Amino acid sequence: MKLKTLSKLEKILAAGHLAVTSECGPPRGSDPEVITKKAEMIKDYVDAINITDNQTSVTRMCSLAACIHLKLMGLEPILQMVTRDRNRIALQSDILGAASYDIHNILCLSGDHQSFGDCAQGQNVHDLDSMQLIQAVRHMRDEGKFLGGGDIERPPNMFVGAAANPFADPFEIRVPRLAKKIAAGVEFIQSQCIYNMDKFELWLKMAGDRGLLEKVYILAGVTPFKTAGMARYMKKRVPGMDVPDEVVKRMADTPKEKQPEEGIKICIEQIQRLKEVEGVHGFHVMAIEWEEMVPEIVKKSGLYPRPSVD
Amino acid sequence: MIVADKKPIEEIIEEIKDDEKILILGCNECVTVCEAGGKKEVGILASALRMYFLNQGKEVKIDEKTLERQCDHEYLEEIRDVMDQYDAVVSLACGVGVQFMAEKYQSTPVYPGVNTCFLGVTEERGLWTERCQACGQCILARTGGICPVSRCAKRVFNGPCGGSTKGKCEIHNEIDCAWQLIVDRLKALDRFDDYENLIPLKDWSFERAGGPRKVVREDVQQ
Amino acid sequence: MRLQYPSNIQIILVPCTGKVDALYILRAFEKGADGVYVVGCMEGDCHFNNGNFRAHKRVEQVQKILDTINIGGERAQMYNLSSSEGPRFAQIAVEMDEKIRKLGPNPIKLAKKKAA
Repeated sequence: MKLKTLSKLEKILAAGHLAVTSECGPPRGSDPEVITKKAEMIKDYVDAINITDNQTSVTRMCSLAACIHLKLMGLEPILQMVTRDRNRIALQSDILGAASYDIHNILCLSGDHQSFGDCAQGQNVHDLDSMQLIQAVRHMRDEGKFLGGGDIERPPNMFVGAAANPFADPFEIRVPRLAKKIAAGVEFIQSQCIYNMDKFELWLKMAGDRGLLEKVYILAGVTPFKTAGMARYMKKRVPGMDVPDEVVKRMADTPKEKQPEEGIKICIEQIQRLKEVEGVHGFHVMAIEWEEMVPEIVKKSGLYPRPSVD
Repeated sequence: MIVADKKPIEEIIEEIKDDEKILILGCNECVTVCEAGGKKEVGILASALRMYFLNQGKEVKIDEKTLERQCDHEYLEEIRDVMDQYDAVVSLACGVGVQFMAEKYQSTPVYPGVNTCFLGVTEERGLWTERCQACGQCILARTGGICPVSRCAKRVFNGPCGGSTKGKCEIHNEIDCAWQLIVDRLKALDRFDDYENLIPLKDWSFERAGGPRKVVREDVQQ
Repeated sequence: MRLQYPSNIQIILVPCTGKVDALYILRAFEKGADGVYVVGCMEGDCHFNNGNFRAHKRVEQVQKILDTINIGGERAQMYNLSSSEGPRFAQIAVEMDEKIRKLGPNPIKLAKKKAA
């Protein structure tokens, strides 16, 4: 497969390896070490690291600056960018800023509503939506032009990703929605955390039936439970999350001190199972506030060592 | 219609506390329908204010009047002869009426008596909900007659976002997800395939972003 | 049945309490009434289905306004009873009379006297 960008993530996927990505949330402050330490912990076990963009609408160090810190460490960042906080001028400008540091991956998102965060009284922008941002980045990269039409000197060279949640409502549009993102120009997908394996596999199968799986790389999202409480919380409180009862039960039936271990075990089993599923090209391991477990998960899932591509 | 909500009486008292002759001016149009600024609301507010000031030992003249509209010259002209009798006007019209009053009667302060909220419908008496944000370029033909600009909290044109849960919006479980409604309606119209048509980037210059707007119709101008 | 009730109460007849507008009650206070109470049919027994529920809401609205302008929301009340309950009518009248006496005269009445 001919490479479209200089992205290491794209190279790994194009070479047919199962890719592994993880994520770091920037700090509520300006200490770069928060980012560099987390990155240091996981860097040998992942191919690329997402930097979240003011996740849950809580103000944090900007994703772009944190990505630059990773880049300066010689790592491969995935710049998450939400359409909530920037209009098309700021989006394009930040994309160029990222491109100037040779950041080669972007994940296009709409972002949680600001009412969840620390600035509930703020405006939201949504000049574009996530699909239109995908189109915008592809336009800038492939045409070498701004949305306004002018030429870009040294256009961004970015592998374009988006999120997909096979478990959100309504289910009947989950595959059409993936098709729509592909039509918009998305090249890789990082899925929502998967717990309902059957439903995820059904979604992939339906996507496969429509011939969508050849057009996009799908990384399956996994998040280990630390406690039974977390499993219950994810099931009940997190919108668009599908946690089957038996998974909650399995965590709850485990003695408290053994629960973290069991959570990791479940996560590894999920990866093992999904590795064999058609359309799964890798894993996005989101160990929320538990980054130190990423190496163990990756190793025990047989995904270590990471391939080198150049 | 334009939907407004009554301002708290305390806030209105604060606005007019230094004035002695006040006209409470209602509007017979939208604000009457949404029970915020019609003749009845004028009467209640005026009565309450009269009692408040009397109780404070302050002599304040508070008169009531309701115009057919406050967004047209001809109706606003009806009060020209009496305007010099007042120190201030509390207009219970929408923000449009308040401003047109202010433009017309330069030397009389005009205070808003309602909060102008949105363009919406009466779902049932006492329940008004938003339907339009006057973005200036209607796309309802593409979205099954349901507006993502006014009804989606993120105004996404290619939704729903990841926060749609059981047909409801992530910001509140009483708010319908606009994109769920759009999908349902497209299906009802047997046009579900249209869902996959990407809606292109919006030209927001026809919206607030383009500055104050105007509609010019030379064919009807005199 | 000739029941006694306080003679200071002026009865205003309406076809249904649903006819009682918030403005009627406010105007009564503006004119100097010390208290106003609306006596409607039992809830669920309204001939027009929900006249008495509407009245109830309007009384609540007036109570809020009276509180805001320091007249006192308790001066406005709503009672429900059926037409056969003469003694209860008299009892409510006494109750209301006592309540208002405790609250004292409508401050508007005093303010008006002062202003005159």
